[in-house]
Amino acid sequence: MAHATLTPTSEVKAPGPARRSRRHRGESLTKVLFVLPAALAMLALFGYPVVKNLLMSLQDYGLRTFFTGQAPWVGLQNYTAVVKDKLFSDAMVNTALFTIGSIVFQFAIGLGLALFFHRRFPLSGVLRSLLLLPWLLPLIVSSATWRSILEQDSGILNRTLMGLHLVDDPVPWLNSPSVALIAVIGVNIWIGIPFNVTLLYSGLAEIPDELYEAGQLDGATGWRSFWYITWPNLRAVASVLLMLGVVYTIKVLDIILGLTGGGPANATQTLATQSYEKSFIDFKFGQGAALSNILIAISFLFAIFYLRSTRRAIDE
Amino acid sequence: MTDSTIRRAVYTVIGVLILAVMLFPVYWMVNASLQPSGNTLTAGFLPLHPTFAGYKRALSEQGDNLVTSMIIAAGTVVLSLAIATPCAYALSQFRSRWVSVGLLAILISQMIPGIVIANALYTAYERIGLLNSIPGLIVANCSSGIPFAILILRSFMLSLPPSLVEAARVDGAGLFRAFVAIVLPISKNSLITAGLFSFLFSWSDFLFALTLTTKGGVRPVTLGIYQYLGTQVQNWNAVMATAVLSAIPAIVLLVAAQKYIAAGAIGGAVK
Repeated sequence: MAHATLTPTSEVKAPGPARRSRRHRGESLTKVLFVLPAALAMLALFGYPVVKNLLMSLQDYGLRTFFTGQAPWVGLQNYTAVVKDKLFSDAMVNTALFTIGSIVFQFAIGLGLALFFHRRFPLSGVLRSLLLLPWLLPLIVSSATWRSILEQDSGILNRTLMGLHLVDDPVPWLNSPSVALIAVIGVNIWIGIPFNVTLLYSGLAEIPDELYEAGQLDGATGWRSFWYITWPNLRAVASVLLMLGVVYTIKVLDIILGLTGGGPANATQTLATQSYEKSFIDFKFGQGAALSNILIAISFLFAIFYLRSTRRAIDE
Repeated sequence: MTDSTIRRAVYTVIGVLILAVMLFPVYWMVNASLQPSGNTLTAGFLPLHPTFAGYKRALSEQGDNLVTSMIIAAGTVVLSLAIATPCAYALSQFRSRWVSVGLLAILISQMIPGIVIANALYTAYERIGLLNSIPGLIVANCSSGIPFAILILRSFMLSLPPSLVEAARVDGAGLFRAFVAIVLPISKNSLITAGLFSFLFSWSDFLFALTLTTKGGVRPVTLGIYQYLGTQVQNWNAVMATAVLSAIPAIVLLVAAQKYIAAGAIGGAVK
């Protein structure tokens, strides 16, 4: 920007319209350059994959495509194929159970812990930040650790439960189709609690103490103060948290692959694991793309529903 | 001692107990990593006879993978911050109707599952030869690093007074010079926060490691753990030792950079 180095006197001399517009144009070009790399990166890393998946889901994009370079158009065949698949309804149900189960408990336990740590006692700050650890660990590390804890014959959980005579036989946590999903949801709850505590705690910290003091005069203590003061003031944070929870949980893949790989007997297959298997195990990229598009569509529908309901809440 | 000191001490005890329950799996990971080798997990609650055999084995089998993960994570931090920082500045300080468009795009990007990105990148990488490569994985991992870094950095830069940069501009510095000389140094804390998270995201990545590598050449440690788990687990102590080694960055960051971590968790989600 050569003109920027002109002496200050020429700046003061009220630049003519032509000069100002040239400076303005140079300026807007620089401004564009600030955003351009990120815009291109976002297009390449998100825009291109979404478009590519839409196209692939309409093509017979399989192993042969990688040799011949040909992917014939097949219309909606991939979608009908995956929806008709006998695993599809199971995967839908599992996805719903996994998402709802994870979020309800993460939120409830997170809220309880946030309220507890909000009481400010010696070491509360340190303890609260150490609580973040499960959330920061690589998911595959958590999966491996829980695999060892939940191991049927020699895992510490079953050994403890049997030692306390709470169960007579070892529970096949990850080996039985009837309990595996519960175990996987349990692990995901453990991973998500810290994030919920941190956000809800920050929401609690922003509620002014005067509100509680005023409430106390009106007899709002204990549960009543929670119901009439804390909860209404926490609703904004809570709704952001729940929406993020759904959007993030519905696409979880690492934990399930690490713990069960979708098994046993497909008991923990979700839309995300199914999409992975179609693409990278069966090399049916068209069908994998169709499944992941269904996943995105559900996520979007939920976000729109959420945005409309919060907007209505604000309007009221 | 007054009643309230006793009550606060009781709260501390309860808090420690809660933490003990929540962090038990982490303790168990360390405990199991110090047990003698074997395919059963007969470990007691304390590693009474600790052995480093698991670590020895982990380092010899997974040492290269740990280095690979380190290189990929460092590369992701550099690339993510280089791309995200100017954009975050623009989204916080420039007044334009495109700002809200940009923010909306970032929010929508959070809804896109990693498997969608993996699907598309696999087919693209296959054609341009980026499968099984470190640069390929760095670029893929930027998909989590860049949006998050933009959100974190922007939420900090919103509080920068525009007068700061304007003063430099009056002295004749261009927009870019002012950005480098003034905005970057003052944003040090938020750059550290964004960098730490980009590192952790990339270090923890499993999906891209799993899908964008097809043979053994480039193998991040997360994939190494997964392959340990895939076959019948033969040596739990080596698996858990690798898990501990992979958890070290998270633990170090949490202890050394506590305030940045909490700030990052909140800033990235709420703003």
